[in-house]
Amino acid sequence: MLKALAGIPILGALGIQVFRKSAYDNKHNIREEIVRELGLEDLMNAIKPVTHRKGDLIRLGIAGFGMRGPQLAQALGFLEKSSFKKMVDNGSLDAQIKEGNLNVAITGICDVFDLHAEHALATAAHDIHTGGEFASAFPVKRFRHYHDMIADPNIDAIIISVPDHHHAQMTIDAIQAGKHVYCEKSLIHREEEIYAAYETVKNSSLVFQQGHQYPQTAAFQVANEILRRGMLGKISHVETTTNRNSPNGAWIRHVDGEGKTKPGDAQSIDWKQWLGKAPEVPFSIRRFYSWARYFDYDTILFGQLFSHEYDAVNQLLNMGIPKTAYSSGGQYTYKEFGDMPDVLHTTFEYPDKDLTLTYSANLTSSKARGRTIYGQDAAMSVGGTLSVVPDGSSEQFANLMERGLVSPGSPMLELLQGSRTASVVDAVSSATAQYYASRGLTSTSIGGQEWDVTHLHLKEWLDCIRFGGTPSANIEKAFEEGVVIAMADISYREKCRTEWDPEARRIKRI
Amino acid sequence: MSLRILIGWHILYEGLYKLIHPEWSSLAYLANAQGFLSGIAEWMVSSQGVLNTVDALNTWGLIAIGLGLVLGLFTRGAALAGCVLLLLYYLFNPPFIGLAAGGPAEGNYLLVNKTLIEAVALLYIAVTPLSRRFGLDMLRKKYHA
Repeated sequence: MLKALAGIPILGALGIQVFRKSAYDNKHNIREEIVRELGLEDLMNAIKPVTHRKGDLIRLGIAGFGMRGPQLAQALGFLEKSSFKKMVDNGSLDAQIKEGNLNVAITGICDVFDLHAEHALATAAHDIHTGGEFASAFPVKRFRHYHDMIADPNIDAIIISVPDHHHAQMTIDAIQAGKHVYCEKSLIHREEEIYAAYETVKNSSLVFQQGHQYPQTAAFQVANEILRRGMLGKISHVETTTNRNSPNGAWIRHVDGEGKTKPGDAQSIDWKQWLGKAPEVPFSIRRFYSWARYFDYDTILFGQLFSHEYDAVNQLLNMGIPKTAYSSGGQYTYKEFGDMPDVLHTTFEYPDKDLTLTYSANLTSSKARGRTIYGQDAAMSVGGTLSVVPDGSSEQFANLMERGLVSPGSPMLELLQGSRTASVVDAVSSATAQYYASRGLTSTSIGGQEWDVTHLHLKEWLDCIRFGGTPSANIEKAFEEGVVIAMADISYREKCRTEWDPEARRIKRI
Repeated sequence: MSLRILIGWHILYEGLYKLIHPEWSSLAYLANAQGFLSGIAEWMVSSQGVLNTVDALNTWGLIAIGLGLVLGLFTRGAALAGCVLLLLYYLFNPPFIGLAAGGPAEGNYLLVNKTLIEAVALLYIAVTPLSRRFGLDMLRKKYHA
């Protein structure tokens, strides 16, 4: 009998050892000690839970269904049937279905390219939450011209995801037609447009949101709280960067992965409408797909990626418009067409705030440099993840460093954003998709759930339409961003320094 | 018998550790898998659902096997299951020529590593009646008899 029970005392001994080890680990948990010392026990409360309020149905019209349009439609809960089936089968829609139904219908579609318009019609007719039944009650109409779409009484709000040179005019026209507007970045292409768009939106009671989804992330909310608590000390330099290394990442997008030219010709594309007010040129498939590379249609890297960088740091620091800006760079690798530089640097000076903002972009190296706010006590890098590194000369953290709890140059606080699923997704996605994820532009983890950041950003806009309030990327922020982009863009194109005149509210060349 | 209890202790603690630390996941291990089973490992991490199931099966499997070995209850089954599980660990990251080591290790291995030795020891326990003495199986057998 005793022989049979020989294992019991061993089990008891293991139990005691496990208990002692847990007790020891808990007592000697450096992480918790740092959190205690810094008074950060409630830091994660900064992450606001996502709330659901249904509200009335909102009928949407989408202008532009190239690359961003389908992503926005999916974030709203609409997906073309074949992709829907594929994603249901591999379980990748589970998270999105959990995100909840935004109670919207896409009732209008406008794209100058027949192929894109057909894709849009197929997508809009298929609501992922109800397998298409709900959406079928609201027929989707294709409009040949956006003027007709914004005039349609069966549409409450417009989503603009066309090339940048149309953004401001479409926003103005839509607001004047009484529609709420969600406009992709950047709102402006040329300086004059900033003032016209701002006046129009300001003088209306409609809700305007720009497509900067970053403030919806958990990392942003925690970063905001860290800044509010003054953990970084005096901040004199904010560094923003872009690093990608692929033709697609450099907006060379008229060829597919196999080097074949993408579809589209003068017959299937309304080229005149696509050009709009831009200089008249013969139909060009390069310009159609790779428009971001041309001064004629975009503010190059500024409108494409710097706009996200600026919005992120402006939302965090409320730095507003700088006094001066100076840009320089060059086209060293992708020289075949367009005006997009591969390497670009801009310095923005804020003498009143004792602050310099820099933007450094490289389209021929993917070595990531992050987005960093440098303070005298600590530096914070913030994107999809967040990391705070104490400074060796910091007085605020001298005690902690002396006690060896934190060491200069090593992170003392990190928010490793994204759940396990997100890390897997990142590991298999393309380089450009990884870039967006690293900047916090794709997904975030709130309340133990993975959220599509664009879904949350659209939800904020829709909530403001239904229940009132001002969205995060509102017209005031869009105005500041528009001025900053125009200052950088003029400086690069005209090879001069630019200065903001706050009295005249105009940009000067100096 | 001492071999059985020592391995049981090790496996049981591995299971308990994973239970006490819910943030633990086999993700990193599986994502680094090499050799001919790496395809299966890729599938395992492909979705959160599969990964959660794998994690739960692994944790509770380890606890059950560990308990069986320490207590000497269903020793044969526990030893065989443990052997199979350890061989799986071995094959997910085998110390074969040409495959990079899957992370920092306390030793250097070529073809044979400690996981393989532990697996073979469990096989020995499963097939040797001697190692099943001193355990609850004695009571079980008595009761059935």
